Amino acid sequence: MLSRLKAKVGSVLLPGDEFCLDTTGADTISLAGPSKANKVVCGPGLRRSGDRLLVYKSGLLRHKEPNMFWMDAQHKRYVPAKGETVIGIVTSKSGDVFKVDIGGSEQASLSYLAFEGATKRNRPNVQVGDLLFAQLIVANKDMEAELVCVDSAGRANGMGVFGAGGLLFRVSLGLARRLLAPQSDLRAELEQLFPCEMVVGMNGRLWVKSTGVQRTLVLANLLESCENLTPVQRRQLFGKLAQGAL
Amino acid sequence: MKETPLSNCERDFLLKAIQEKKRLDGRQTYDYRKLKIMFGTDFGCCFVELGKTRVMAQVSCELVAPKENRPNEGIMFFNIELSPMASPAFEQGRQSELSVKLNRQLERCLRNSKCIDLESLCVVSGEKVWQIRVDVHMLNHDGNLMDAASITAIASLCHFRRPDVGIQGDEVTVYSPDERDPIPLSIYHMPISVSFAFFQQGTYLLVDPCEREERVMDGLLMIAMNKHREICSIQSSGGIMLLKEQVMRCSKIASVKVSEITKLIMKALENDKTARKAGGKCGFAESMPQERITALKKDETAVEMTDVTERANDIVLNAEVPPQTSQSLLVPLPGMGQVGKDLQNSWGIEEYYQDEEEAFNSDEDKQTMMEVGEKQKVHEDVVEISDSEEDEVVILQPEATDRAHKKTSSSSHLKEPAKSKKRHRK
Repeated sequence: MLSRLKAKVGSVLLPGDEFCLDTTGADTISLAGPSKANKVVCGPGLRRSGDRLLVYKSGLLRHKEPNMFWMDAQHKRYVPAKGETVIGIVTSKSGDVFKVDIGGSEQASLSYLAFEGATKRNRPNVQVGDLLFAQLIVANKDMEAELVCVDSAGRANGMGVFGAGGLLFRVSLGLARRLLAPQSDLRAELEQLFPCEMVVGMNGRLWVKSTGVQRTLVLANLLESCENLTPVQRRQLFGKLAQGAL
Repeated sequence: MKETPLSNCERDFLLKAIQEKKRLDGRQTYDYRKLKIMFGTDFGCCFVELGKTRVMAQVSCELVAPKENRPNEGIMFFNIELSPMASPAFEQGRQSELSVKLNRQLERCLRNSKCIDLESLCVVSGEKVWQIRVDVHMLNHDGNLMDAASITAIASLCHFRRPDVGIQGDEVTVYSPDERDPIPLSIYHMPISVSFAFFQQGTYLLVDPCEREERVMDGLLMIAMNKHREICSIQSSGGIMLLKEQVMRCSKIASVKVSEITKLIMKALENDKTARKAGGKCGFAESMPQERITALKKDETAVEMTDVTERANDIVLNAEVPPQTSQSLLVPLPGMGQVGKDLQNSWGIEEYYQDEEEAFNSDEDKQTMMEVGEKQKVHEDVVEISDSEEDEVVILQPEATDRAHKKTSSSSHLKEPAKSKKRHRK
C-alpha cells in the first residue's frame, strides 16, 4: 500500500478514493497490527476505516518523509488546529477572558494572563475590536478553542496585539499556507517590490501595512489576485509593478 | 453563526482611505461595480452580479381572487430571501430587520411607483386576477443588496411572460405555452435604485458601497429613479443630516447610473430574445464564462516577444486616439450583458491583471479594450494568429506587418482583433 500511496503523491484525489490494505504485498505495512518502524501517519483529508484508507477531501496528495501523508486542498473555512498561529479579532471582554473571533465555527477564549509580563495586577491593554496574533493551544471539536499570546518560555515571541494603520483582509487558506511556507516564492518576490509589513494567520487572515494608503491597497489587491495566478503570470505582474506602475 | 466582527484596524483604514479618495477595490468615488445580468432558461428568471454581490429573482404568477377594494387590479408582491448562503450572519426562515427593510424598499420602488400596469392583469373583474409574485434570493452578500435586488427584480419582471387566457362566457381557459404564446407584462417604466453611502456626517460620499464600506458608513441614501429622471422613491437612513445640494447631486449621479443600467438591462433582454429566437441554448449555464475557476494551471501559449517594444511604440505613435468606449455596452455571450468591466481604475492593478490573463488565456473571450497598453497586447495576439495556419493574414516582411497593424488600428481597432480571434478559435 505504501508504494501505491507514494505513486499517487502529487496527483489529484477525490473524496471516495480509497487505498486498500493489501496484505499480500511485499512492502505491506499494517495500520491495525503491532506497530512497526514504518507507520503511516494520516494527515488532514485521509481517514482510516477498518482496513481501508479513505480520502475525504479533494485535492493533491502530499507526502513528507518518512511516512506522512495528507491532502492539500483549497479551503476558505477555517477549522482550528492545535499549535497554529492565527489572527483574531477581540469581540468581548468578560471577566478574566477575552473572546476572540478566529474565523472558526466558534469563538476562542484568551486569558488575560496569557500575555507577556501580565500579572493579576498588570493587565494587558486590549480593547474590543483589536487584532491579535495568537497561538492555539486547545483546539478540538468538542471544546472551545483556547488561545495564548506567549510561548512556552513566557515570551511574546511576536504574538500579541498589533495592527495600527494596516489593512486586514481574507484570502483562502491555501494562499496563507503558501505565504508561510519556508521557501515561498511569492513571499520572496513580494519582498523585492517595496518595503511592507505583513502578518499571516493560518486562518486565512492577512494583515498588510506599507508606506501610505495607496501602497497598502496595492499590496492587498496584489495578494488577492495571487490566488489564481501561475508563477509566470505573477512574475510578470510583479515586474510591471516594479517598473513603475506606482 | 455570527457575523465576522469588523476590527478597529479595518475601520480606521477604510475611513482613512475614503478621506484620500481611495476605495478597497480601486474604484473611484462615483463608480459602480461590474454589473452582469443573465437570464435563466425559464421566463422571469434573472441572475445579477454586482461585483461579488449576487442576486437571483424568479417571477411566478397565479390566478386568484382580487382584493375587495380593487376588483380590477392584479396583485403583485415581493418576497426577499436572505439565506445563510449569502452571508453566515443571515438566518434561515426568520424575518430579520434587514430583510424587512429591503422588502419594504423594493415594494416602494417597484409597486408604489406603478411601473407595472396592474389593471392589465385583471381576467374577470372582481373574480379572477393574476397575482405576480417576485421571489428575490440573495446568493452572496458583498454590499449594496438593495440596488442588486431592484435591478434583478425589474429585469426579471421585464423578462417574464404570463400564460394567455381566453374567456368564453363564464369559463376561463388558461392556455399552455404550446397553444398560445405567453404574454409579457406591460411595463411603463423601469425604476432602479441607486445607493449612496455617506461618511463623516456627510462629508464624503460613495456610490455603490461594498460590504465593508457599508459597515463603516454613517448614513445611506437610496434613490430609485427611472430613465426619464423621475424619482420613484427616496429614502435616507442612518440619521444623518444632508444638505439640499448633496441630495441634488446624488439625484444627478443617480440619473446617470440609472440610464446606464437601463440600457444594459434592455441590451441583455434583447440578447436573450435573439438567442431564444435563434433556438440556441440560453440560460445561466450558457452565459457562464468557461475556464474561470479551474484556471490555476494553463498550458503556455507561444507569444512572439521579440522586438515587441519597438513595434508597440510604433503602433502607439501612429495610432489614433481610441474612441471613448467606456459607456458602450458589450455582450460577450448570449443572454448576458455587462458594463464597467474594463473601466480605467485609479492605479492599474486590475488592468495589469487582465493584461496577464489575455496574454495567457488566449482562448478567453475578448472584452473592450480601453488602454493603449491593452491595445498593444491585442496586436501581439494578431501577430500570434498570423503565425498559425490561418491564411487570411499573410505576413512576409516586418514592414508588411506594420502596415497590416496600422490598417487594423485605423479601422475600429476594437472589433478587428476580436473577430480574428474568433476565427482563430474555430
